[in-house]
Amino acid sequence: MMNSVGRDIPDALLTDGKEVFRGSHHRDGLIYTKPGPTVRAGVKPLHSKLLPNLREAIVQCGIKDGMTLSFHHHFRDGDYVVNLVMAEIAAMGIRDITIAASSLGSAHDPVAHMIETGIVTGLQTSGIRGKIGEAVSHGKLKTPCILRSHGGRVRAIEQGELHIDVAFIGAPTSDEYGNSRGTGGKSDCGVLSYAMADARYADKVVVVTDCLVDFPNFPPSIEAVDVDYVVVVDAIGDPQKIASQATRLSKDPRELKMAEDCVRVVAATPYFKDGFSFQTGAGGPSLATNRFIEAEMERRGITMQWAIGGISQSTVDMLHKGLIKYIVDAQDFDMAAVRSVNNSPGHFEISTSQYANPMNKGAFVNKLDFVVLAALEIDVDFNVNVVTGSDGVLRGAPGGHPDAAAGAKCCIIVTPLVRGRMPTVCERVVTVTTPGENVDVLVTDYGIAVNPARPDLIEALAKAGIKTTTIEALKDKAYAMVGVPDPLDFYDRVVAVVEARDGTLLDVVRQIRPLEL
Amino acid sequence: MIHPDKNRLRRTMLFLSAQRPSQMKDAYIYRPDSVIFDLEDAVAESEKDAARFSLFHTLKTVDYGDCERIVRINGLDTPHWREDIRASVAGGAEGIRIPKCESAQEVVEVEAAIEAAEEEFGRPVGRTLVMAAIESPRGVLNASAICEAGRRMFGVAISGGDLRKAMQTRYYPKGEEMLVPRGMVLLAARAAGVQCFDTVFTDLEDMEGFRREVQQNKEMGFDGKSVINPRQIAIVHEIFTPTEREIIEAERVVRAIREQAAEGVGVFTLDGKMLDMAFLPGAERVLALAQAAGLYEGDLVP
Repeated sequence: MMNSVGRDIPDALLTDGKEVFRGSHHRDGLIYTKPGPTVRAGVKPLHSKLLPNLREAIVQCGIKDGMTLSFHHHFRDGDYVVNLVMAEIAAMGIRDITIAASSLGSAHDPVAHMIETGIVTGLQTSGIRGKIGEAVSHGKLKTPCILRSHGGRVRAIEQGELHIDVAFIGAPTSDEYGNSRGTGGKSDCGVLSYAMADARYADKVVVVTDCLVDFPNFPPSIEAVDVDYVVVVDAIGDPQKIASQATRLSKDPRELKMAEDCVRVVAATPYFKDGFSFQTGAGGPSLATNRFIEAEMERRGITMQWAIGGISQSTVDMLHKGLIKYIVDAQDFDMAAVRSVNNSPGHFEISTSQYANPMNKGAFVNKLDFVVLAALEIDVDFNVNVVTGSDGVLRGAPGGHPDAAAGAKCCIIVTPLVRGRMPTVCERVVTVTTPGENVDVLVTDYGIAVNPARPDLIEALAKAGIKTTTIEALKDKAYAMVGVPDPLDFYDRVVAVVEARDGTLLDVVRQIRPLEL
Repeated sequence: MIHPDKNRLRRTMLFLSAQRPSQMKDAYIYRPDSVIFDLEDAVAESEKDAARFSLFHTLKTVDYGDCERIVRINGLDTPHWREDIRASVAGGAEGIRIPKCESAQEVVEVEAAIEAAEEEFGRPVGRTLVMAAIESPRGVLNASAICEAGRRMFGVAISGGDLRKAMQTRYYPKGEEMLVPRGMVLLAARAAGVQCFDTVFTDLEDMEGFRREVQQNKEMGFDGKSVINPRQIAIVHEIFTPTEREIIEAERVVRAIREQAAEGVGVFTLDGKMLDMAFLPGAERVLALAQAAGLYEGDLVP
């Protein structure tokens, strides 16, 4: 069945109340009942929830074939927890596991082999890269991988579509009762936002830490009341890869030019006024945007009421200079952010539900004025792809992209027109991960295009003397430079389903046919 | 006939290595007024042929739009320069930059080679312009003759690297070490009616120092500056952009002089100040700078 972004969703997927995507606000006002986890009461005073090792935790939790285990990705490419747990699962002969992670990256390459051997048969994640992405794209996973935005993942948990049997929550510090924090140990990640829903809704919760601290570890991100067991391991991650020491600002003139143009766009809109709110992602142009926006704010004499998103040095610096009043933080990218969160006045940790769940009673993203985001591809309908590469292989992450784009009054995509020999602006993206109706402006190194659905922004930019072009003209320019790409060759088999943030089906990813030379 | 682009606006001239196609493929996106594709110092001796090849194809295939394309050829004491000119003219470059120019004779030789190439490749004779870089004390002393040497000559640029060494000095933030050469070359350029460009600023970390130097360039009367990184372009353009008051004033002066001239009046007063034709080029330049900065949309720019 065709959805509203022109993607044909196989009818076989439209079971158990699943619908195709029908626009961003289709499910507004939906009434639903939240599920509750099945818990074991801890009435008798317990001295400790400590278990000697992960194997014992797996045994105590009663993990068996076919269960769903969850993980968070605050340790990013430095994560050890998924591999530690899954190695035990494999060693114990347990099979048919679904991994429900907030994201998976190249740190989790060993899972690819478990997919091939049937130990892992289901994946639900916001990001998929490296060998796992290749394995799934080549049809090795038994069931279609479910890709959700960060907000969409929490929605799925809170609506009962994603039931977690056991949550394994890596924590930089924990006491023996399970009160856990994102800081204070040797693997600091700042916040534990992604794990908060898991802790509340999983039947069993295991905290995995490499730094046991005295009770009570307060104030906690994960509360002991939700935790069944605590396991201490040698290391939960590689600190070098969890948060960079300092985020280097780009010196690439192309990225700087795009960032500067992006800020010109921001400054030209009516939303750029005292008390505005703002989100940027990581990555060159987005981070550089912070630097230019700071200068523009000083020039206009205005301040930002709140910043949100993945937080890094430049945002923290602006908080300390008084240019930002509050930072609400669901992920930290560098040590400056890790050190600041819950320490600097005004810098607070929030849950991912607070950040972006579209089906709660109002998430932070809904109050955003601006979000600046990247794209692997964007097409002439402004649909964005951030999950499949130009070769059709899964290698990206919707993350908070669809959430912030849907919530913000002005969503700006910043991307170079071409990458190597691939056009970024194209006729039709391989996979839709953020619908074009949520994208307002495209800034490239070759020009700026505004979504025709936003005549108000077209007028505002013209009034500010900013020259714009059409997205079709940018696509033509890209094709003129690098040629028109050949269509990808897929089998019919669906290997991944892209859920819109409200749970409807936005697109599917099919098995890629191996390249024959 | 005066070449229509001889006196065009050249606030920024961005150096790009002809050895690096990635630099040349689309530098126009940074909106410099001119680019200088460099076949000289930026290209290793063993790569001169390859760079010339890349240059030719860049000139032929990449649409630089309004951005002027100048080629810095190798010095006249090398075996490369004649072939550099042939490739540049065949590709359709708008101008040739002579490096380390010390005498009017060099300009004459380059112009002859350009003319031969224009004929060889069927390009309109006289289309390719010339500029000279003054990089030595002898060049500074001969600047006047160099500026007046050829009919294609549109400007001279000071090149500070070699000049400072020859003068037994180095870069100083106040620029006193370059004051005399800058002044002499500017005088020579103005006397000959050609443009004058200041040297590159090489420390990309010191944006404040760069800003200071550009401000001094503007105050001394330079037409523009050579730049080595796109990040420097916006700063030059910003500093060379006239103020709103200057634009309004220039608009009134241009309009008044043209109106009076049409009625046969040579000298007159405006707001108590005496004006004549001599004020016209300066006022027109202010409007051209304002137009380039997007601050003037009127029809008084010639």
